[in-house]
Amino acid sequence: MKAIHYSVIPGNSFGYILLLGILGALTTVGMGAAYYMEHNGHIVTGMNNQIVWGIPHVFAVFLIVAASGALNVASIASVFGRSLYKPLARLSALLAIALLAGGLAVLVLDLGRPDRLIVAMTYYNFRSIFAWNIYLYTGFFVVVGVYLWMMFERRMNQFTKIAGFSAFIWRLTLTTGTGSIFGFLVARQAYDAALMAPMFIIMSFAFGLAMFLLVLIPTYAWTHRDLGDVVLERLRKLLGIFVASVLYFVLVYHLTNLYITEHHGVERFILLDGGVYTQVFWIGQMLIGGLIPLLLCLTPLGRPRPMILLASTLIVIGGIAQIYVIIVGGQAYPIEIFPGKEVTSSFFDGFTTIYQPSIPEILLGLSGIGITLLITTFAIKVLPFLPNSLADKDVDPDFTGQVDATSVSPTESAAV
Amino acid sequence: MSIGRRDFLKAGAIATTATALAPGINLIELAAARSPEQAASAVNRWGLLIDVNKCAKGCTACVDACRKENGISDEGSPTTDAQWIRKVTTKDKATGYEQAFPVMCQHCEHPPCVDVCPTGASFKRKDGIVLVDKHICIGCRYCMMACPYKARSFIHEEITDQSHNAPRGKGTVESCTLCVHKIDRGDGSTACADACVDENHKAIIFGDLKDPRSEISRQLKAQPSSQIRADLNLNTGVRYRGLS
Repeated sequence: MKAIHYSVIPGNSFGYILLLGILGALTTVGMGAAYYMEHNGHIVTGMNNQIVWGIPHVFAVFLIVAASGALNVASIASVFGRSLYKPLARLSALLAIALLAGGLAVLVLDLGRPDRLIVAMTYYNFRSIFAWNIYLYTGFFVVVGVYLWMMFERRMNQFTKIAGFSAFIWRLTLTTGTGSIFGFLVARQAYDAALMAPMFIIMSFAFGLAMFLLVLIPTYAWTHRDLGDVVLERLRKLLGIFVASVLYFVLVYHLTNLYITEHHGVERFILLDGGVYTQVFWIGQMLIGGLIPLLLCLTPLGRPRPMILLASTLIVIGGIAQIYVIIVGGQAYPIEIFPGKEVTSSFFDGFTTIYQPSIPEILLGLSGIGITLLITTFAIKVLPFLPNSLADKDVDPDFTGQVDATSVSPTESAAV
Repeated sequence: MSIGRRDFLKAGAIATTATALAPGINLIELAAARSPEQAASAVNRWGLLIDVNKCAKGCTACVDACRKENGISDEGSPTTDAQWIRKVTTKDKATGYEQAFPVMCQHCEHPPCVDVCPTGASFKRKDGIVLVDKHICIGCRYCMMACPYKARSFIHEEITDQSHNAPRGKGTVESCTLCVHKIDRGDGSTACADACVDENHKAIIFGDLKDPRSEISRQLKAQPSSQIRADLNLNTGVRYRGLS
């Protein structure tokens, strides 16, 4: 394989400025929405005392989960020694940081008292998974930052593997922490499952790689750099395996609940008669985010680049749907305080809550994506994250002039 | 320094007398109000016993009294307005048997809301009262996700006309304080229990679960009682009698 040369993008075209402008506007509008929510209180959102976490959490958790998954490509290169992915490692790490920043911004700005962020950084209750996560999230910036430094600085290249390995372990821990926010909740029927942690890890693989492809392909097209089919073909199939794995975990989660009588109520709610939540599950999560991308990733149908972009977009939409079902659906189903009883009260006990997100909270959620892409777009102009060429002849150690359409090797699927 | 036989006997006699008298003196002290400097003590565990059979259908005196005592205002938005105590009606799915009774923060010995709170704003006092420190609550609502009793409310908007008994703040979480201000003042009851007595229903008994001579302890010892979601093993400070 040839030596890889990285360079910044010129970033002086009208398109680039326009893109920055759009992302900046998206971010600004989101910040304005956060200010509006902070000023008036959460009364201006659709959240209430029944649905306490809404759309901002859906976006925040999606982005945080995707952040750890976006690091996947770098991990395959550094930890598992697959040289084909090595040129992509810098972008992978950048996107991981950007996604986490976007997700955290939304999470923090949705707090009832965002002005007390300093309190969250100075008062700790170490029995709280949220408190662990504060360390895991801030630590992730440091660990991935160091990893990037090792990759950028030629004298430090020798430490790339160890830094990459640390980042790999860190992000597995981080997503375990994110999944455990729900896994460790005994109060609600939809949570309280150890499976949440590994399910979130596998979700992160799919969401993170989908986001990575959604950044990689347009960036190379718009900057007129070569992007070979070999690497894309590998990533597409890998994505297919991840989507299949997510579906497997979802299947096991629901089968377990269906076996246990105590959980029949919540299963019936999500799978059959939960109205919008049932629709989001079957149409959003399973069809749009699961079966269609699976078809696109694992059959020749999805080989053209627009199809890869379509599959990735569907995985992102389906991922947001999945987290919506977990977070909002899990709260909409009433807490079973009195099993075996029909319950009514002035506080909506036993009542399925309808959640109607308001415009400001949707704008805040979307601004997380804006922040992520703004950071990424800006960073590739100021630092050489992108290889000059990702053409097959430049990156594929086994380049023969033919596109290798065989399936992903067992090492790769095991590696992730 | 050496100690003579006479001094030794004198010291021994004082120590013995002190040991014999101390518990009695202690009990007298506990019955009085604590001064603001005195910390809550693990000698007490405050709780409630709610007799479901005595709770009158349609009566909301306890709820009304709580709202008045703690300044829980009606902001005109049922889904976001705070409710520290509510009357819940249950109907057995199999038999159709109905019951109605108040539910509030159960003041668990092992409160999930305290476990999950990232800053420690949700905390349990030594005397078993579960509270929110409004100064370090960041409004993350994780405690609301974790509470198995749906006991907590988030303040969704600016609150005016507050009661000095219970300061409340937009963007923070709150719940039943077991009228901690009354306990610390030495009133020996809660607003809900008082209101229930006033209505002559006497369905709510407040008291010290650790004092075997208290009314609540004697009643709990004499007759069967239960905890809501006893399967979670949280050892609630609020107990129910007659809950089917």
